[in-house]
Amino acid sequence: MHKTSETLYSEAAATLAALKDKTLTPKDRMAIPAQEMPTQDPHVRCHNMTEVALGYSAEQARVESMRCLQCKTAPCISGCPVGIRIPDFLKAAAEGRFDEAVGIICENSLLPAVCGRVCPQETQCQAPCTLGKALKNPELSVSIGRVERYVADLQRESGKQEMPAIKPATGKRVAVIGSGPASVTVAADVRREGHEVVIFEAFHKPGGVLVYGIPEFRLPKAIVQKEIDTLTAMGVKLETNFVVGRTRKIKDLMEQDGFDAVFVGTGAGLPKFMNIPGENLVGVFSANEYLTRSNLMKAYDSARAHTPMYQAKRVAVLGGGNVAMDAARTALRLGAEEVHLIYRRTEKEMPARIEEVAHAKEEGVQFHLLQNAVRILGDENDCVKQIECLRYELGEPDASGRRSPVEIKGSEFLMDIDSVIVAIGNGSNPLISQTTSGLTVNKWGNIIVDETGLSSLPGIYAGGDIVLGAATVILAMGEGRRAAASINSYLAK
Amino acid sequence: MYKIVSKKQLSAEVFRMELEAPLIARERKPGQFIILQIDNDVGERIPLTIADADPEKGTITIIFQTVGRTTHVLADKQVGDSVPALLGPLGQPTHIAKVGHVVCVGGGIGVAPMHPIAQAMKAAGNKVTIIMGARNKSLLVMEEEMRKIADELIIVTDDGSAGRKALVTVPLKELCEQTPKPDMAVIIGPPIMMKFGAETTRPYGVPTVVSLNTIMIDGTGMCGGCRVTVGGKTKFVCVDGPEFDGHLVDFDNMMKRLRAYKTREDADHNDHHCKIGLT
Repeated sequence: MHKTSETLYSEAAATLAALKDKTLTPKDRMAIPAQEMPTQDPHVRCHNMTEVALGYSAEQARVESMRCLQCKTAPCISGCPVGIRIPDFLKAAAEGRFDEAVGIICENSLLPAVCGRVCPQETQCQAPCTLGKALKNPELSVSIGRVERYVADLQRESGKQEMPAIKPATGKRVAVIGSGPASVTVAADVRREGHEVVIFEAFHKPGGVLVYGIPEFRLPKAIVQKEIDTLTAMGVKLETNFVVGRTRKIKDLMEQDGFDAVFVGTGAGLPKFMNIPGENLVGVFSANEYLTRSNLMKAYDSARAHTPMYQAKRVAVLGGGNVAMDAARTALRLGAEEVHLIYRRTEKEMPARIEEVAHAKEEGVQFHLLQNAVRILGDENDCVKQIECLRYELGEPDASGRRSPVEIKGSEFLMDIDSVIVAIGNGSNPLISQTTSGLTVNKWGNIIVDETGLSSLPGIYAGGDIVLGAATVILAMGEGRRAAASINSYLAK
Repeated sequence: MYKIVSKKQLSAEVFRMELEAPLIARERKPGQFIILQIDNDVGERIPLTIADADPEKGTITIIFQTVGRTTHVLADKQVGDSVPALLGPLGQPTHIAKVGHVVCVGGGIGVAPMHPIAQAMKAAGNKVTIIMGARNKSLLVMEEEMRKIADELIIVTDDGSAGRKALVTVPLKELCEQTPKPDMAVIIGPPIMMKFGAETTRPYGVPTVVSLNTIMIDGTGMCGGCRVTVGGKTKFVCVDGPEFDGHLVDFDNMMKRLRAYKTREDADHNDHHCKIGLT
């Protein structure tokens, strides 16, 4: 049953009134109802691009924060890739000191409004939560991300966000390649030390995957733009339409253009395909292409955008990660009558956030688990018309203890579809490594760095997906922090 | 912003434009292309080959035909106006080497990207024969520039309004039948022309390079929208190309992929003409 935000907000207000001024025992805290995230009605939202999750009310944020047991061990902190003092910010939020709460988060994180929305909290900070353990249900852990989002949004909307202090100019210059989460973090941290920072972005708009990849209904672009605006207000320069490796090589940036250090944060921009027959038919897309058309190029706004979207009624999405969910949900919003998500394993193994899977199901995406595409068939014009799939079952556990899928021989079957979106991950884009001699990469093309984020070349640092392979926003940010600290100490020498 | 410093209408549908883009002008090599957008918020990204560049002046020259929304709007822009987004130079440069006798075949505005390649092939010490083809005389572009480079220039038109009345494949076949046959062919033009050009040279075993222009978004290998089948393998035109062995490209699949948004493109095209009619 979908509860409206009004219902959830008034329930929380009543709960808060009852708890007010009470000294809470751990038992009391455990009894506080977990606060549900208010969302747009699934039947309504599957036809619009507006954000699905509406955000907590102040009362919800306080009530949810009160659920934190303030346990001594604080396993949530070690679950957080950037080590945010989570119990402290929750304590402040529980007492209504929201400014203080966001201040604590910002000691470690640069993008709380983004991470509150897109972090896989259930596998990070919320996974080891003592409350979830005590209630024997990890889904009942404190909703740390939702509180984070609330306090970050409140700060942004109130305009109280303070610009970090910038130290006097050092005369040193740093080039940051790419403008996704890792790069944005490096740019801010390096600029604070008084170094000149120039961000080079290949696209016409900054933000990287936050802008071209994650849809508006999950991360409003205005939030990303606000972060970019803060950077430019800090004096960070932004060069869009500049693809390092082609417009200028790293070597030239350092030897001729006067850059003292470079950070490579180019992300995981090389779509993987299934390598099955029919993948080059008309109507087959990488999720990168499909989402970039809709998000960055605004093709969902067909009245204004010049970039077209392929018209499809029955869409198959291959994959089980966040990107697959984003693609499937975008397809619904762009007018598909049926969206079939095909995944080789079971829901338990899906890398997507639990919330995204739940939202996709609520909106009507049909899940086909333990199935995999083996062939795409086209009509006389080479347009997609069917997909052939094979059924799988879970076999014996492998060395890692995971039961891997085993195909069921002779279980092939056909599905009528007219478009396929391949969302099975990204490799690393080779543009930088191909044009930078001496830069060492591993067999997957990821740049190899040491524990400080330094690559095989002096002054050249790297972080985010180009180092990690396709990972998460928060990990990219953590890598960015580390590299920025290294760059700052390198330039101080 | 990238300022338009000169503009010339070459025929009813073909324009030549010189744009301020000093970094691209400095780095570009024959065979490379740019991606252009006429509106930073809602514009589409289209690939256009670089016809010429002046590193001293900091300008590049593009030649384009008005086919879709972007090219129509671009054609309406005047000297002093600018385009908001220009990315490049993209793609692998042409492999330039002294091989002996190179036949350069340019169809329609395919002559524009051919220009720097023919120039470089000539400079590398090759004998360069240029075949220029178009539907009619008014669609022939860069004839003077090509004449300067060519050891021999052959012009053909579909209707015979200039040069021979023939398709480019006719003189190409004649050249292949000569002894010694050409050492290499470079063919750039509409897909159907490149397909039949490659079929023409195939029986003679003349190595044939084609330059493909497919649908692209980012142009840096990120979206895969430009993928083509070459020798049974998937290649990205933006980073693996734009030039490929013409004898290995699956042109039929490529042409079908190019038509994926035809309905929308036709609507945009008609829309533009309607608006012109009203004002």
